[in-house]
This record gives sequence, structure tokens and C-alpha cells, in this order.
Amino acid sequence: MTNKKTILITGAGGALAQQVIAQLKNRYHIIAVDFRRRVQTHEGIHSYKVDYHKRAFEDLFRKHKIDGLIHIGRMGLYESDHYHRYNVNVLGTQKLLDLCRKYQVNQVIVLSTYFVYGASPYNPALITEDFPLKASELTMDLVDSVELENLAMIYLWKHPELNITILRPCNIAGPGVLNSMSLLLSRKIAPVLMGFSPMMQFIHVDDMARAIAVAFQKNIPGVYNVATADWVAYQKALQHCGCKLLPVPSVPDILPKQISKLLGWKAFPSYLMNYYKYPVVIDGALFDKTFGFKAKSSLDDIFNYCREKKALNIL
Amino acid sequence: MLKNTLWQLLRHRIVTADIEKQIDNIPKPVGSFGYDPWGYNREGAKVWMSLFKPLYDHYFRVEAFGLENIPKQGRVLIIANHSGQLPIDGGMIGMALCTNPHGPRAPRAMIERWIPTLPFIGNALNEAGAVIGDPENCAKMLRNEEAVIVFPEGARGAGKPYKKRYQLQGFGQGFMHLAIQEKTPIIPVGVVGCEETIPSLGNLKSLAKLLGMPYFPIALPIPLPAKIILEFGEPLYFDGDIASEAHVEAQVNQVKSAIHMLIQQGLSRRKGWFK
Repeated sequence: MTNKKTILITGAGGALAQQVIAQLKNRYHIIAVDFRRRVQTHEGIHSYKVDYHKRAFEDLFRKHKIDGLIHIGRMGLYESDHYHRYNVNVLGTQKLLDLCRKYQVNQVIVLSTYFVYGASPYNPALITEDFPLKASELTMDLVDSVELENLAMIYLWKHPELNITILRPCNIAGPGVLNSMSLLLSRKIAPVLMGFSPMMQFIHVDDMARAIAVAFQKNIPGVYNVATADWVAYQKALQHCGCKLLPVPSVPDILPKQISKLLGWKAFPSYLMNYYKYPVVIDGALFDKTFGFKAKSSLDDIFNYCREKKALNIL
Repeated sequence: MLKNTLWQLLRHRIVTADIEKQIDNIPKPVGSFGYDPWGYNREGAKVWMSLFKPLYDHYFRVEAFGLENIPKQGRVLIIANHSGQLPIDGGMIGMALCTNPHGPRAPRAMIERWIPTLPFIGNALNEAGAVIGDPENCAKMLRNEEAVIVFPEGARGAGKPYKKRYQLQGFGQGFMHLAIQEKTPIIPVGVVGCEETIPSLGNLKSLAKLLGMPYFPIALPIPLPAKIILEFGEPLYFDGDIASEAHVEAQVNQVKSAIHMLIQQGLSRRKGWFK
């Protein structure tokens, strides 16, 4: 029997969680869970398929003495309607945090997203963590992201013993990542809004996994943006990934949304249209300074990966 | 591939060697793709500035005085009078800054908040260095040691009718708060000639409201080739604690007086609208 702590990692089927597990498996006992499927992961790691908002989930806490939670698992924006996403992402997270309290889990990392700030023409650049979360003002489809954050924030202040750290990363990209931006980067033809090419930030999935690992190891609760200090216009990023641009009429606002709905573009959904129009540039300096973090991969590394895989017809 | 080659050929035709050199000489940190967080892009700036230069040199025949007053590096607020319906004055001050023989600077003009909603125009202005007029943006750029251009009259100045030419309108006080908080020198600028580029007879308020614009002038659709004179004054320094808004207002009035003097100086150099 070793003195290793035990960490529960949700969303274990995703590329990011896999990287986090790879980074932490030697120092901690890992319990990997996913609501979609039982994940085949590294040797010696317990893996479960379980719904966070079902009673059976508590059995995990009864069976294992869990010391920390890394909550990455999320129903993606294109995976279901916003009602179902709310149930899984918000109510499921509440259940999870309540279980953490009940079973004296003393460290929690919650993965959020930069989407919570909302894309607006009035956004300043280098948004810091104290900026209002305006995403739900713009679209009902992002309510679950904002509510999940608000919930984690309430637990952060109300239950300091949980030591909650909330991370708001910029676009995560790289091998295996399946978020809407990565889907766009991996396409041969990618839609763009005519006359708009907002500034964007990208972080490699390996760097984001390192950021989560370092946040867990140093345990300094709070809310942090995670982003590299490098920026690129959306259309330029697509071109560097070898995408051909498909211009979509951008005015009036309703037109591109209707086109997206009509064509069922899951990588370019109507509710994210503002993010392809206006910038949400976040400031990751607080995280870098607090945790002594520096991303290793450059934008070129991220885009080269997409281009090379596309050239080999792998993506 | 063909598109890239055509663009490179076109770029080669547009970007002049002088602009290429001047923008490369600007001491401005950018990311690995040549962008900064506000969307300024060195390559984009070269294209837009090159397209704008003939207007600066030949159409408006701009003469800039006092360019030596602009610091070669470090934070600075460039505060000017606003006029002429379109932000031609911002463009001309920007061009003067980035082609300054005493040391070029990237011009960070604060633009109206509705401009980023315009397709193509918002991105083009961002690439050339402009950003929305947000106090937080301005403070961050000053901390980033940028040269920020502010028109404290805002739409009140730009949209005023010709009968109010060279009458300074109410100044917002935000720039003074920033100058004090961020310990930033102010360079006052008197702009002469932009009033005559698009003389306006009045403002169609209901049409402006319908289009979501701050004003809609009754004016010619094309700017007249009025001669533009830019008078850059000596730096003004304001520091200490902000005792009260009345105190800030008094300091704003000092800047306003300096700009008024510079406008008079510019008007005395001019021999008419076009010369």
C-alpha cells in the first residue's frame, strides 16, 4: 500500500483527460470516469462508465477514498440540445461537488471555457478573470457553460475546504481534440464570416494537460484564464491549417445563423456565430505567474499538425 | 497557391519600400504571426498605410509640425480635436505617427464602439492599429508602452455641423484619469483642415438612429481635398492624486486650451481651404 493520493478524473474518454492521466498516473492513483463509455486507459487505472447525476455514481466515492477531483467531462456544445446539456453539465456537476463535500475530497479542478465571457464587439482585449460573464446574454446555448462556472464559483467561496480551482482555457487544439474549433481546423473547407476575422488564441492539448497537472499539484484555489501570449486572426489560422475558406454572408446577423442551421454545420453552429465575428482575447498572465507555467508548443506547432495530418488524409 | 502568388504580386505593387522600412522600424512587440492582442498586424498595417499614404501626401497634402515632440518609445496619449464626419483626422495623425522621421510609432487610435460591427472596416482598422474606445483597452495599451490617440470630443466633435467649425466641443474626462493613473505624458494636437473635408449642414438624427449610427450628416458623400495641417504640441505632464472631478476638469481644460492654441497656430499657417 502506498501513500499516493487518489484522483477522480471525469471525461476520461477525451484527448485532454487522456493527457492529464498520462501526466499524473505515476504520482497519483487515478480513477477515470466517462458518461459516454468505459474508457480503455493506462494499466492499473480504474475506469468506469457512469452518469454524474445518477445515484450509482456515489458508489465510486464509497468504494475509493478519493482525495481530488479533476472535472473535465462535459457534454459538448454539439453533442445535445441545451436542455440535456444543462442536466448533465450543471446538475451533474452540482451532484459531483456535493459528493466531494460529503466524502471530504479536498481538492477540485473544474475545467471551464473562455466562451463564458461572450463574444461582443465591445470586448476589450486581454480579458482578465474579473470580467463579467456575458455569454448567456448572447445565446441560451451557452447557459450551461456559464451556470457551471457560477456553480463552481459558489462552491469555491462557500466551501473553501474543497480548494476549487476553475480554469478558463482558450481554444484547445491538437491530436484527438474534438471541440468545435478543432473540427473547423481539421476541415478541408472551413466557413468564415465575410469581412470578419477575429483574433483568437490556441493552446496545445499537451500544454493544457500540463496546466491542469501543475494546477493540481500546486493547489492554489481561484479562477484562472489559461492562454498563451500569442494571437492570430481566425481566417489566418484556418489558412495555416491548410483550410480553404468558404465565405458566408455576415450581415444581417440572422443570415449566417440561418445558413448554419439549414446546413447543420456542427463545427460552425449558429449559437457560436459571434465568436467567429468578434474577439474574446483572454489574459493568461495570472495563471502563468501563479503556477510558473509556460506553454511549450507554438501556434505553428498546432497548425502544422493539422496541415500535415490533412495532407496525409488522416484528419 | 495561385491566390497566394497573386496576393504577393499585388502586395509588392501596393507596399512602398519607405512604408515597409518605417513599419519594420517601429519598436512594437507582436506574436509569432505578427499580431498583437488588439489585432494590430505588421503586414496588414503596411498594406493599409501604403494605400492611405497617397491620400496623406497628395489628396490632403498633409503638413505635420512638432513631430519631434512625440516620444520615440514609451507610453504616450495623443489628444486631438475631432472633426470632419469620417475619422480622417485619426487616419492622418496615425500616418504622421508611423512615418515620423524622428522615430515611427504604431498608432493606436480609439475608435467608436459601433465600428467593429462593420464588415471589413473593423478588421482593417484593427490591423492598422485602431481599437474600440474602451478605458480598459486604453489602460492596457499604455501599460504596453503604446502611443494611444484619443479624441475626447468623440461623436460630438466629429459629427458637428460646419457652422461650429473649430469650436471645441465638450471633452470627456476619461483620458485625464488614464494619464494620471498610468503616469502618461499627453501630446496635444491641433488638427486643421478636416472640418472642410466634409462640411455638414446638419444631422439627420432619425436616420442615424435607424442605422444605429451616432449621427448621419447632411453632406457630400466624398471628402473634399482640403489641406490638412497637424500641429503636435509639447508634452504635458499630469500626476499626483485625483482630488476631485472638478480638479480633473481643470486639468482637462488645460489640455483643451493647448489644443485651441495649436488650432489657431495651424489656421494662421493656412491660406485657404485648399492651400
